[in-house]
Amino acid sequence: MSTAASPGSRLGDVQSGSAWATFRRGLALSPEITQGLLVTLLLALVATAGRVVVPIAVQQTVDDGLNASGGADLGYVRWMVGLAGVGIVLTVVAAYHMNRRIFRASEAGLATLRTKAFRHVHDLSVLTQDTERRGSLVSRVTSDVDTISQFVQWGGLIMLASLGQLVIATIVMAVYSWQLTLLVWVCFLPLFLALRTFQRMLSGAYMVVRERVGGMLGSISEAVVGAQAVRAYAVEGRTQQRIDDAVESHRVAASRAQRLAATAFSTGEVVAGLANAAIIVVGVLLGVAGDISLGRMLAFLFLVTLFVAPVQIGTEVLSEAQNAIAGWRRVLGILDTHADVADPGEDGVRLPRGPIDVRFECVSYAYPSGPTVLHDVDVAIARHTRVAVVGETGSGKTTFAKLLTRLMDPVQGRVLVDGADLRDIRFASLRERVVMVPQEGFLFDDTLAANLRYGKPEASDEELLLAVTELGLGEWLDSLPYGLETPVGQRGESLSAGERQLVALARAYLADPDLLVLDEATSAVDPATEVRLARALEGISRGRTSVTIAHRLSTAEAADEVFVFDRGRLVESGPHAELVQKGGVYAALHTAWVSQSR
Amino acid sequence: MTPDQQANGRRPRDSAGNGLQVCRRLLVPYKAGHPTEIRARVRARLRALRGPQSGAQRASDVRDERQATLREGVRILVRAMRDEPVILGIAVAGSAVYGIATVAAAEVIGRITDRVVVPAFRDGETTTGALALTALAIMVTALVKAAGIVVRRYFAGLGQYRLNARYRRQVSRQYLRLPLSWHHQHSTGKLLSNANADVESSFWPIAPLPFALGVVVMLVFALVSMFLADPWLALVGALLFPAILLLNFFYQRRLSPLATRAQALRAELSGVAHESFDGAMVVKALGREAAETARFGKVAGQLRDANAAVGRIRGAFDPLMEALPNLGVLAVLVIGSARVADGSLAPGTLVQVAYLLTITAFPIRAIGFVLGELPRATVGWRRVQAVLDAEGALPHGTSSLNGAGEPAHLGVRDVTYSYVEGTPVLDGVHLDVEPGRTIAVVGSTGSGKSTLASLLVRLVDPATGAVLLDGTDLRELEPGQVAGAVSLVFQQPFIFEDTVRDNVTLGLTVPDDDVWAALRLAQGDRFVTSLAGELDARIGERGATLSGGQRQRLALARALVRRPRLLVLDDATSAVDPEVERRILAGLRDAALPSTVVVVAYRRATIALADEVVYVEDGRVSARGVHAELLTTSPGYRDLITAYERDAAERAMAGTDPKDQS
Repeated sequence: MSTAASPGSRLGDVQSGSAWATFRRGLALSPEITQGLLVTLLLALVATAGRVVVPIAVQQTVDDGLNASGGADLGYVRWMVGLAGVGIVLTVVAAYHMNRRIFRASEAGLATLRTKAFRHVHDLSVLTQDTERRGSLVSRVTSDVDTISQFVQWGGLIMLASLGQLVIATIVMAVYSWQLTLLVWVCFLPLFLALRTFQRMLSGAYMVVRERVGGMLGSISEAVVGAQAVRAYAVEGRTQQRIDDAVESHRVAASRAQRLAATAFSTGEVVAGLANAAIIVVGVLLGVAGDISLGRMLAFLFLVTLFVAPVQIGTEVLSEAQNAIAGWRRVLGILDTHADVADPGEDGVRLPRGPIDVRFECVSYAYPSGPTVLHDVDVAIARHTRVAVVGETGSGKTTFAKLLTRLMDPVQGRVLVDGADLRDIRFASLRERVVMVPQEGFLFDDTLAANLRYGKPEASDEELLLAVTELGLGEWLDSLPYGLETPVGQRGESLSAGERQLVALARAYLADPDLLVLDEATSAVDPATEVRLARALEGISRGRTSVTIAHRLSTAEAADEVFVFDRGRLVESGPHAELVQKGGVYAALHTAWVSQSR
Repeated sequence: MTPDQQANGRRPRDSAGNGLQVCRRLLVPYKAGHPTEIRARVRARLRALRGPQSGAQRASDVRDERQATLREGVRILVRAMRDEPVILGIAVAGSAVYGIATVAAAEVIGRITDRVVVPAFRDGETTTGALALTALAIMVTALVKAAGIVVRRYFAGLGQYRLNARYRRQVSRQYLRLPLSWHHQHSTGKLLSNANADVESSFWPIAPLPFALGVVVMLVFALVSMFLADPWLALVGALLFPAILLLNFFYQRRLSPLATRAQALRAELSGVAHESFDGAMVVKALGREAAETARFGKVAGQLRDANAAVGRIRGAFDPLMEALPNLGVLAVLVIGSARVADGSLAPGTLVQVAYLLTITAFPIRAIGFVLGELPRATVGWRRVQAVLDAEGALPHGTSSLNGAGEPAHLGVRDVTYSYVEGTPVLDGVHLDVEPGRTIAVVGSTGSGKSTLASLLVRLVDPATGAVLLDGTDLRELEPGQVAGAVSLVFQQPFIFEDTVRDNVTLGLTVPDDDVWAALRLAQGDRFVTSLAGELDARIGERGATLSGGQRQRLALARALVRRPRLLVLDDATSAVDPEVERRILAGLRDAALPSTVVVVAYRRATIALADEVVYVEDGRVSARGVHAELLTTSPGYRDLITAYERDAAERAMAGTDPKDQS
C-alpha cells in the first residue's frame, strides 16, 4: 500500500535535536557504558599525565643535571630518569586498563542497545515497519551502532586524551614560563577555532560521498537483482553505462573530500613549525634576559608536539563524533517510535484455547493521513465457520484480514474475539490462537524442516511429516531431493513461488491455531494442487474457524459463508448459493470467474 | 587423518570415513570461490568433522592462515602499485619528502641549540640575524613537511578511489557477463557487498601505504643522521626502531585472527537482522518476536565478546607503542648527558636525537596501519577475485536471423535441464511451434514450465538438446540476436529505478506513440495516465510504488513495444484482475502481432487464447493438442484444468450445505 504514513507512525530520529541530549539518552539506554566510569576516568588521568614525563625529564636533565650549579650531576640524571621510566611504565599499565574497561563497557552497552532496538523493530506495527526500507532498518541495528562503538573506542578516546594532554601540557608550560605558554596558545588557538569550520566543510563533502554511494549501490543492484531482465532484453551495455557513471561520480566526490581532508590535516604541521620558531626566538630573548632556563625552553619544544596531534586529527575526530551522534540518533529513533499496535502486556487478557468466534463492531480503517479504506464493517463470524472473503483489488479484503489478526488497529469501532477486544489480548495468547498466512510465503534460509517448525519449535519430524501428509503434500515432499532436509535458500528462493506458499501454509497449520486466516495464500499454486489443499484444509479445519481471502472463487463456493467487499464496504454476506441467486456484486464476480476458468 | 591426530589418538582411525567420500562431501557445497578461500573452508569443515583436535594442529592452521594473509596482502599492494604507478608513486614521493624533512627538522633544532640557543643563554646576548635565520630554518622544514603531507594524503586517496572505481567496474562487468546459473548460486546481498564493501576493504591499505613507504625512507635517514651525530646515541635508535617494528608485527599477528572473526560476526549479525526484518510479517504472525530477539542477541553477544577481545590486544598495544619511544628518549638522556659531561658530545646533539625520537614515534605507526588492514583486505580481495575469476559466460556464435517482422519458428529438441544433479526438471522436451501460432504450456506447480520459458530466451542453456529459432541453435547466434527476436515476460518482473518511458523502451529508440500503443495493449495506459508526468514519471526502487498488477502490465508493454518474433509469457498476468486479463488477452489476439506466442498459464481463459496446448508433466511433454482434445485424451491435463469445476460438482453432489456434515 503506497499510502503515506503520518509522522506519528513513521520511524524517526530523536525529536529533540541537541547532540548532548542524544548522548545522555543514549547512555541511559546502555547503562553498561557508565558503570565504573569513575575508575576509568582516574586511569585516564594517570595515562594522560604520563605524556609530560619526557618533556619534564628533558628539562630536568638540562637544568638540574648538566647545568647543575656544582657542575654536571650525572647521579641525579640517572636517578631522575629512572623515576621517569617508572612513571612511563605506570602510564602503560593505567592506559591498558583504561582501554580494556572502555572496550568492554562500550561493547556490552552497545550490544544491549542493538538487541533492544532489534526487538523494538519487531514490536512496531507492520505499517510502521513498511515506512522504511528493510536495508535501512538493518543498518540501524548494525552499522549505525558500529559508528558509535568506533567513536567511543577510537575518536572518543583520542578526544579524551587530547583534551587531557592539552590541559596537562598547558599546566606544565605555565609553571615553566607564562610568556611562552601564551605564545603557544596564540599560535594554536586560531587553529582550534578553525577546526569546526574545517569539519563542517568536510562533513558536507562526505555527505555528497554517501549520497553517491547510495546511487552506486542502486545501479549495481539492478545488474544483480534484475539479472534476468537485463539478460532477457540484452540491455547489458546500457546497465553497464549506468553503473560506470555512478561509480565515476562517487570517485569524483570521494577525491574532492580527500583534497579537503589532506589540506586540513597538514595545517597542524605548519602551525607547529610556527610555534617552534616563535618559542626559540622569544625563548632565547627571555633567556638572555634571565627569565627562563635553557632546560625549560627546550622542554617547550617537546611540549608543543603534544599540541600537534589534537589539531591534526581533530577534524577527523569531530567528523566521527558527528557520525556517531547521527548513528546514535537513528538507533534511538527506533526505540522512540511508538509501537502503535502494542502488546497490552501483563494486564492483558489470556484466552483459553478452543473454537473461536469473531465480531467486527462498526469497524473503520484509514491509513494515517490517507482516505478511509474500510467503512463501518459490522459482522460476526460464528465458531467453526469457514468464511471466504472476496472482492476486487483494493476493495478492502486485505485490510479486513489485517484488522482481524491485529496487524493493524481500527481507527473506529472494535474487533472482538470470544468477546474480548483484540487490543486487550496479550500477544502471546493472540498469536497462539490466530495465525495469518500472507500471500508472500517468506521462508528463512534453512532447511524445510526448520521452516516448518518455525511456529512450533518443539515439533518432531513425525509431526512435520504428518502435517505435510494431512495437507496432501506428501507427494510433493517426496519429489524434493533431500526431503525435509532440503535447504530452501535465502528467502526460500530455491523453491518456486507456489512451493513457498505450500511451506508457509504447512508452517501455519503446524502452529495449530484456532483461527486460521489465509490471505491469497495459494495464489501461485496450480488449480489441482489448490483444490487438493482446500479439501485438506476443510478436513482439518473442522473444529476450527477459518477466514480465507481469495481471488479464485472456487474457495468461496466451498465456504460456509462469503463476505463480499466492494470499495471499502462489506456489501454482501451469506452462503455462496444464496448470493449467486441474489444477483448482486458476488453474482457478477462469480459469473466473470466462471467464464474465465471453465 | 593427520599424523598429529594419530599421535593424539583421541578418535578412532576411521572416524572421518573413507577419504574420497569425505573429500567429496567437503567440496560439493563450495564449487565456487577463490582457491584459497575454498582451502580455508575445507579446512574448517574438516576440523568440524574430525571434532576435537590437538592444539598443535590448530596452531599450525592459524600459522598457515597468517602467512597466507601476509603473502596475499603484499600481493594486493603490489597489484595496486602496478595499477596506479604514477599516482601512488607521487604519493610515496610526497611521503618520502615528509620523512626526510622530519629528520631535517630534528637536525635544525640540534644545530640551533648549539649555535644560537646555548651561546645566548651562556653569554647573555644574541643577534637579530641569528634569530631570524633560526625562525626561517624552522619554518622552511615545517612547510616542506606540510607540503609532503598534502601530496601524500591527496594522492594516496586519489589512488585508493581510482582503484575502488576500477574494480567496481570490473566486478559489475562480471555480473553482467556471467550466466544466470552463476547468479542463482550467489545471494543478492553477497554480490552487492562484493562490489561495494569488499572492493573497498581490498584497497583500504592503499591509503596508509605511501605513508608507510615514506616512513621506511625516514627511518633510514634518521639512523644515518643519528650515527653521524653520535654512535652511542645511534645505538638507542638502532635498538628502538626494530623493537617498534617487531611490536607492530607481533600485534598484527595476534590481532588479525581476532579482527577477522569480529568481521565475520558483523556480517552474520547483519544477515540475521536482514532475514528477520524481511520476514517481519511471519515473525509477527507466528508470535516469534522473542525467539528472533534471542537469535539476534546471541550473535550480538558473540560480536561483543569478539570486539572486546580485539580491545584487549589493542588496549595493550597502543600504550606500548607510545611508551617505547619515550623510553628511548630517557635512554638518550642518560647516555647523552654522560657524554655531554665528559665533553665528547655537544648538548645540541643530545637535544637533536631526543627530539628525533619524539617526532618519529607517530609516523612509524603507519607501518602498523598497513599491516593492520591486510587481513581485512585479503578477505575482501579473495571475494572480489572469486567474482573476477568466475567462468562460464554463455558463449555466442556468429549466425544471425533473417525474417525481421515475421513470426519465428520455434524448435525445442530433446532438451534436458536440472538444477540438482540427478533430478532433472526438464527431461527430453521436444516441441515445434509453427510461425504465428500461439501455444499454451500447462503443467502443475514445479513441472518445469518456467525453466522451459527461460530456455527459450537463452537465460540458461540446456544440459543436452537444443533450442532452435528458425532452425538455428540459439547458441550459434551472435550477441543481441536472441533478445532482438524473443521477449520474455516474467511472473515477477523487474522494474528499473527510472521513468515509465525508459522502463518500457530500456534504451530502444521508439516514438512515444509506440510506447503508448504497447501500454494500451498491456492495459497499462490508464494507470500511467494517472501518474504525475505520465511517461516521464519516475518509478521508485524496484517499482515499489506500483502494485503487482501494474508492474506486470508495465513489463508486458516492455515486451510488446519490441514487436518480438517470439513472445513468451510466463504466468505474466497472474497479478492482474481477471477482467483486465481478459481485455489484455483479447487485445493480443486482435492486435495481429507478428509473433509466435508461448504462454505459461493455469487460467482457462488464458489457455483459450492458444491455438494449441502443450501439457508438461514430470519434465516432459506428456500431451499436445487442442484444448478440447486434450481434455479427453490426457487424464493429467483434465485433472489439472477441471479441478475447480470437478470440485464444485463434487461439492454439489455431497450436499448443498457443508455445515450439515460437521
